[in-house]
Amino acid sequence: MIEVLLFAQLQEEVGSSRVTFQSDQISVAELKRKFAERYNIEHLLEEAMVAINEEYAEDLTIISSGDTVAFIPPVSGG
Amino acid sequence: MGDDMFRVLITEKPIKVDQCIHHVVRPEAGAVATFIGIAREFTNDKRTLFLQYDAYIPMAEKQLARISEEILAEWPEANVSIAHRIGRLEISDVAVAIAVSTPHRDAAFKACRYAIERIKEIVPIWKKEHWEDGSKWLGNQQETISYEEVLEDD
Repeated sequence: MIEVLLFAQLQEEVGSSRVTFQSDQISVAELKRKFAERYNIEHLLEEAMVAINEEYAEDLTIISSGDTVAFIPPVSGG
Repeated sequence: MGDDMFRVLITEKPIKVDQCIHHVVRPEAGAVATFIGIAREFTNDKRTLFLQYDAYIPMAEKQLARISEEILAEWPEANVSIAHRIGRLEISDVAVAIAVSTPHRDAAFKACRYAIERIKEIVPIWKKEHWEDGSKWLGNQQETISYEEVLEDD
């Protein structure tokens, strides 16, 4: 089980700040693809970075059950 | 979070700029540079009513700590304090305060500038502009005309 956190516009589009995804292992790119299809948010995920357990990750990084993933839309702090 | 050399904070409460400065004042310092980002009412002709900030708080604090460590790697004699506010901000409220102290002014100015530019690159904080006719989460500050972005394209 993988916990996925959503913020800003992604959170509003999906309608939730947190989604549980059933999988033992999945790559960042594949998880993005699944979410893009399920919630019709491909345009938003294309430009989003991904964090695993609060650290930025690459597309090829493998996510394991128990990890917390966050989709990070382009940031606009400051 | 932080250690003796830096302190970072994400907060829903109003930022106390004087406390930020106080954290970096020490006998070895001869300069304190500060940057204070505040909520702007007008972007070109568009009027903002208020701002809403969201953050991935634990990761945002980690990234602020990372920026502080990057500053300490480049300017080992620096002390850094960064506070970023989240939640609803009214016009002219302080959104971010950065204070950097160093023995001499040049490093303080440079490190302070470095901190705000890095915040805009890697810290998971998002701003939503609320206007009279709608609202929008900003990505990459595309609602503003930023000369820094033009320079980066070169």
